[in-house]
Amino acid sequence: MAITLSGDQAIPAPPLASRLTTAQVWGIVLLAPYLLVFLAFVVYPVCYGLWLARAPSNYVALYNDPIFARAAVNTLIFLVIGINIKMLIALFLSGFFAQQRTWIKWLSVIFILPWAVPSIPTILSVRFMLNPEWGIINHYIFAFTGDDGPNWLNDPTVALTMAIGVHIWKSLPFWTLILITGRLAIAQDLFEAAEVDGANWWQKFRFITWPSMQTLYVTCTLLSMIWTLGDFNSVYLLTGGGPADLTHVLSTLGIRYLRLDQLSLAMASIVCAMPFVLPLVYFMMKRLSR
Amino acid sequence: MKLPSLRDVATEARLLLIGIPVFLWTMIPIYHMFLFAISPKEDAFSGKLWPDHPTLHNFEIVFRQQHYFLRDFYVQFWNSTLIAAAVGVLTLFIATAAAFSISRLKVPGGRIVLNLALFTYFIPAAFLAVPMYRTMGNYGLLNNHWALILAMVTIASPYAIWVLKQASDKLPVELDEAAVMDGATTLQIFRLVYLPLMMPSLVAIGTYAVLLAWNEYLYAFLLLSNDREITLPVALGNFLAADDSPWELLMTTGFIYALPPAAVYYAFRRYMVGGLTAGAVKS
Repeated sequence: MAITLSGDQAIPAPPLASRLTTAQVWGIVLLAPYLLVFLAFVVYPVCYGLWLARAPSNYVALYNDPIFARAAVNTLIFLVIGINIKMLIALFLSGFFAQQRTWIKWLSVIFILPWAVPSIPTILSVRFMLNPEWGIINHYIFAFTGDDGPNWLNDPTVALTMAIGVHIWKSLPFWTLILITGRLAIAQDLFEAAEVDGANWWQKFRFITWPSMQTLYVTCTLLSMIWTLGDFNSVYLLTGGGPADLTHVLSTLGIRYLRLDQLSLAMASIVCAMPFVLPLVYFMMKRLSR
Repeated sequence: MKLPSLRDVATEARLLLIGIPVFLWTMIPIYHMFLFAISPKEDAFSGKLWPDHPTLHNFEIVFRQQHYFLRDFYVQFWNSTLIAAAVGVLTLFIATAAAFSISRLKVPGGRIVLNLALFTYFIPAAFLAVPMYRTMGNYGLLNNHWALILAMVTIASPYAIWVLKQASDKLPVELDEAAVMDGATTLQIFRLVYLPLMMPSLVAIGTYAVLLAWNEYLYAFLLLSNDREITLPVALGNFLAADDSPWELLMTTGFIYALPPAAVYYAFRRYMVGGLTAGAVKS
């Protein structure tokens, strides 16, 4: 703290402890554990990582690495196409699950399973289903058509599509659940009034459902995009980044560099993602701290 | 009994037309895992929808650790349990203390800490993994359970603090004031007034942290590598190292590993849906 040289210096400031109430002292004590964790495991690693990635040569190396360019494109495809498809399905299914039927209630309990179980065993299960020789999918393709099925995970486009599919399988229930909450919050008499006026389902959606869910939907889409940037499991456990490192996304690429002992490249690839992540994060924080 | 009208039947049929694909889509990967778990090796690889000779033999092999990949099954199961429990307890402690401090005691700078926490929550965890790995190395914690526990606490706390802060803002201030009038100390308010009222949110957050730690793969596989230190998901990933992986055993172990979180989830669903979705997205 800077000491100010003003005229009435004669009266020293009271010691810090006496200026705080007991409640505030306790407040600081109780906040301290989190602050320690935050300093030791967020601030220090981030600063250290940025320091490691400081050399411009890292970025030149990244720019010249075709795998990095490919991973960046894959990440964009994953986010822009994958997430929007997922959210549209979630929006559609939220309407389905909002129906009052006993069997739909039971189905919603089952529907949440992919979210409730850990992703590793289920992703590996899908991986084996897609096995070209022994997988159940190609088994049935052969049984019905007599032709060998495709080698699913050996084609980069198909493999990435499958990884997006796995991601959707895993996280669709969560977003559907949230959109159902949003849908159920809409006053029912609006729909009844629309019914009386003879509105069809599209008009009901367009003029009642969508205006009340718009904000929630956009928030969910952005949040899902930020989190999907960190979706390591869907790609790593299904394709391992292969074939020929063509299906990497930024999160698996960072780990790939790390495994190859190129820590500064790993950090640099993450730094490159920050111009996309930070605006999204800023926008989300604005929304949530309103 | 009234016969359903043609219109009702058509609506029901349309709903079924959505419901059946949803059911299949959800269940196929899980059923496939279950199918492998109860199939002998020959049946599993033959593409049958139900094995000719369903058996619990795979479970027996896993529980007796009778395979190279499974020789440390119990140790790994125990590691997973211990780490999940430790993360749950530590996160609850840190987050409850912080939320109480920010929301009830109005500690100076609390708002900033909350925003920093929220910021950490939004940064994808996989991005923090790389520097975290190096940091744990610097701290000398690699291959130590504490590395994973502390990393998971770091990841779980921001959301926990945020949800608990929202929940405690809803408790009336008069409660604290009345307790102060009665001569309660800050700690007594925390223990006797605050904690009991926060119980539903605490259950939700504790469950959240435990499941997060139990399900974590990336951090576990980066921070732990010794066969007797790793958690179950890392062991599952290690199955893939061999060309002729025993997939029926992998799926059996995966099935056993997936059961506890599913059970916990359904047991606490009431709390989870109320406590978490409300906090997850504030519309």
